[in-house]
Amino acid sequence: MITLQHMLTLSAVLFSLSVAGIFLNRKNVILLLMCIELMLLAVNFSFVSFSRFLGDLDGQVFVFFVLTVAAAESAIGLAILVVLFRERRSINVEDLDTMKG
Amino acid sequence: MFVQILFYAFSAVLVAAALGVILSRNPVHSALSLVLAFFTSAALWLLIEVEFLAIVLVLVYVGAVMVLFLFVVMMLDINVEEVRSGFTRYAGLGALTALVVIAQMVSVYWVKGLGIDATQGAPPLPADYSNTRALGEVLYTQYVYPFELAAMLLLVAIVAAIALTMRRRPGLKAQDVAKQVAVRREDRVRIVKDVGKDGAA
Repeated sequence: MITLQHMLTLSAVLFSLSVAGIFLNRKNVILLLMCIELMLLAVNFSFVSFSRFLGDLDGQVFVFFVLTVAAAESAIGLAILVVLFRERRSINVEDLDTMKG
Repeated sequence: MFVQILFYAFSAVLVAAALGVILSRNPVHSALSLVLAFFTSAALWLLIEVEFLAIVLVLVYVGAVMVLFLFVVMMLDINVEEVRSGFTRYAGLGALTALVVIAQMVSVYWVKGLGIDATQGAPPLPADYSNTRALGEVLYTQYVYPFELAAMLLLVAIVAAIALTMRRRPGLKAQDVAKQVAVRREDRVRIVKDVGKDGAA
């Protein structure tokens, strides 16, 4: 039998792995975007489990909207990344300091 | 019991895929690991009978978002070694943060409890229950305005992504219809007086 604890623990492990991923890959913008996707997946995991185990559909509707926003976010993020690479020939975060005073 | 074995198997694959995302040297391998993570999550969501979102996860994430990621990763010519420098410097800090986050979350779920009984299985669903139908009934009545807003948001994202990446190359022999329509007679035709043989008018 799968319980709420199982699902939430898995979600916590997934979330903290993606936090660690942001620490480890702090130079590569593409990897940062992927870690954000993984984080959103972990949050969706929590939403889905609470929704299913507490018998309330609103959580699943929320997951639907999170998926929408995440798709829009990654599309625009990758578009910005492509433009950035065209301008600077690099996606290293440390090269992106034009706005630094 | 069988469901539990499936759960642990899929969880192991999911955690391994997440580790693959954050640890692999090549961004293409990371993207493919992320695809595996999404597939396994869809399987886990199917295990707790959340069918619609499981299918949507596969269609939207694996079918669209991850293909976009792979496309961009393969299109950009990334110097992997340069981007990887400083990896080990932050490995300890990253692992420490991950452990602290896991410990805090698990202590909330397992030790203190949430005010709800988290050790029960999911409430059983009726035999003729359809997750898709139930979700659709909520989505098109109670949440119809957020739903339309989400559609609007996607439209804005499409326009923004195209506007960001479109570039006009100079010297391209393309038709500019607006320019063609806006042209006047004076721009094109010049009336000259007839000039005679000896140059006199």
